[in-house]
Amino acid sequence: MSPFAGKLAALAGFGDKQHLRGIHVQHHKTTEEQETIAMKTPAMVYISMAQHIGVPCKPLVAEGEKVAVGQPIGDSDAYVSAPIHASVSGTVERISKIRSATGGHDTVIEIKSDRKQTPWEGIAVPQPSSHEEFVHAIRNSGLVGLGGAAFPTHVKYNPKNLDQLDTLIINGAECEPFITSDYRTMMEDTEDIISGIQIVSKFLDIERVCIGIESNKPKAIELFNKIIQERELSHMMVSTLPSTYPQGAERVLIYETTGRTMNAGVLPAELGVLVSNIATIAFVGQYFRTGMPLVSKKLTVDGTAVKKPANLKVPIGTPLSDLAEACGGYRGKPEKIIMGGPMMGRTVFSDSVPVLKNNNAILFFTGKQAVIPADTHCIRCGRCFYACPFDLMPFAMARAYDHREISELERLRVMQCMECGSCSFVCPARIPLSFMNKIGKELVKEAKSRT
Amino acid sequence: MNQLKNKRHMKLTVSSSPHLVTGRSTTWTMGMVALALLPALAASVYFFGPRALTLTAVCIISCVAMEYFFNLVLKREQTAEDLSALVTGMLIAFNVPANFPFTLAIVGCVVAIIVVKQLFGGIGQNLVNPAIAARVVLLVSFPVQMTSWPVPSPMFGSSGVTDAMTGPTPLNLWKQGGDVPPALDLFLGNAGGSLAEVSALALLLGFGFLLVKRVVSPVIPLAFMGTVVLFALLAGEDPLFHLLAGGVVLGACFMATDYVTSPTLPLGQLIFAVGCGLITMAIRLYGNFPEGVSFAILFMNILTPQIERISTRMMVRTYERRGQ
Repeated sequence: MSPFAGKLAALAGFGDKQHLRGIHVQHHKTTEEQETIAMKTPAMVYISMAQHIGVPCKPLVAEGEKVAVGQPIGDSDAYVSAPIHASVSGTVERISKIRSATGGHDTVIEIKSDRKQTPWEGIAVPQPSSHEEFVHAIRNSGLVGLGGAAFPTHVKYNPKNLDQLDTLIINGAECEPFITSDYRTMMEDTEDIISGIQIVSKFLDIERVCIGIESNKPKAIELFNKIIQERELSHMMVSTLPSTYPQGAERVLIYETTGRTMNAGVLPAELGVLVSNIATIAFVGQYFRTGMPLVSKKLTVDGTAVKKPANLKVPIGTPLSDLAEACGGYRGKPEKIIMGGPMMGRTVFSDSVPVLKNNNAILFFTGKQAVIPADTHCIRCGRCFYACPFDLMPFAMARAYDHREISELERLRVMQCMECGSCSFVCPARIPLSFMNKIGKELVKEAKSRT
Repeated sequence: MNQLKNKRHMKLTVSSSPHLVTGRSTTWTMGMVALALLPALAASVYFFGPRALTLTAVCIISCVAMEYFFNLVLKREQTAEDLSALVTGMLIAFNVPANFPFTLAIVGCVVAIIVVKQLFGGIGQNLVNPAIAARVVLLVSFPVQMTSWPVPSPMFGSSGVTDAMTGPTPLNLWKQGGDVPPALDLFLGNAGGSLAEVSALALLLGFGFLLVKRVVSPVIPLAFMGTVVLFALLAGEDPLFHLLAGGVVLGACFMATDYVTSPTLPLGQLIFAVGCGLITMAIRLYGNFPEGVSFAILFMNILTPQIERISTRMMVRTYERRGQ
């Protein structure tokens, strides 16, 4: 059924399938064939204690203390949290506060690097023998969802209904424009990905693995298909996804690969599915090979404000200005700096903020690239409705939002919005629909908490 | 509190995602519609001579100028450059006879831009299609000038249009029980009528372009024209004649598909378009006027907010059924 006929069917009341067609966004994958370069160790790193969803960590080290690479420097007693490790060897200069991208204030540990990168003596390859020990090892590694969500992985790998899991989905869609770090991971750390998948599916007792890759990465699809065939990994398969945005969104990916429909507020595990980003699974493989916790990150540096866009492997906590320098310096003055992709990424206040665990790209935009044209009146074209992966009606929600009709917002399912930005992207009047939904969701939450 | 210093004192924009937008702006959309109207304009020049061109130019210039000065005087955000006024101007010209007086055409533009569009708040805010409203006002105010149709005389064979060469439209002939021109002439445009409603071929060519460019969805035109054909069949009339004569193709493809004044959701569009088709045929077969397309669209424009309400509720029920 064509997407349009599907929509009509849904409206006429006999269609239960969502269309999930996605939108076409120019890919801008200029760095895709650039191999990852290990960046020179920075002079200073600023390691935030809040790099994950959940309770922030408390520093384990004091000012003046010597630290080594991989040494835990922050941890928390809370379950939903992940420890934080030193990414360079050197001396803790200061423990201070910085303004985070979300506007709050985060504790950071400032470490002056001795440029020796001495590994911590406590590094050891984990040898778990049970699911419990495996989850414990994952927690010790400091791993969080590297696709962007930064949800502590040990929590995800320990679902309540462990027995009901049947499918592990590896997210290699990388649907955001500009970002190619996941693609580089697929091409460069292929063995770590395969062993990561084997380890996770062994300890979580999952029999089916599906690697979702967008069709704009044919080399990666070919590579994984070849490995699966040659080594007879019959429980694994590659799903070629259409190159449309937002294929990499968890709910869209699950639907595309398994046909299971997931609504907001439902955990993938409840559908028997576990989704891990390709970079997350590659780290699992690497950790069980080397024992080195999460101290560095592959990321794409791109945008018109840097001279030589590149894929870099950088220590966590590196200031963004150092990344720009590693890419040949600024071209002109950056006017907008984005952590993550241009569709869902977050802008930052300054180029001195540090790299976080979940960053997969840092984009330095300037000139036209940094400007969103002013909005005009809605012409009721309905493109936002056709763009929405969940058939929501952003045009109607914007009206309800303007009038602050909170019950109407709820009826229109504003809480189902995942803020993928497709509606804002396609809007010919440049109305910030996605942003209105974001605030609309907060209004609904606030109204609920009052009652 | 130790705030890290912003070394280069750079000024950064902080905004909510997404940080990219499509190039397909309102201006782009209107530009595409204007391009899609060009084959029909060319056909009208071919059939009615250079006056078709000057009339279109007069309408475009008055509409854009009125939009510009109205915004200027009222200190509103300038919208003259979004090309919507240009499209309105083209459509007004397309809806009047080729020999229509310029002064009266300008009256039509005043109705469209000032009364219907700007007084209701400008682009996106008008209840009815400005060009349709202009046509209806002109038709009831100046019935003589609006119905003295010039006989098409393919270009290069004549010196253009004169008042002496007026004749009835195919729908007039049919209403009076006379012989109607063959369907092929109607399809190509070799029959009397408003400036650009005569050539279905040229209009469909332009509409095909809009479909390919995904500017409009085919629901409204297909349902509108389908209803006309079905109604004609059931009433024992020639369906091809009713489809090709008069303003059905122009109305269905370019006037009823106006985003602002038609429903947004496909289900609403379906209701809207079927309504347009039914009213058109009811007027033609049982009314006083030989043609009913503009009245039909105007009436359904007014009903659009109600249709929108119903179709939005239906969508919410779809969410409920899906457990969303």
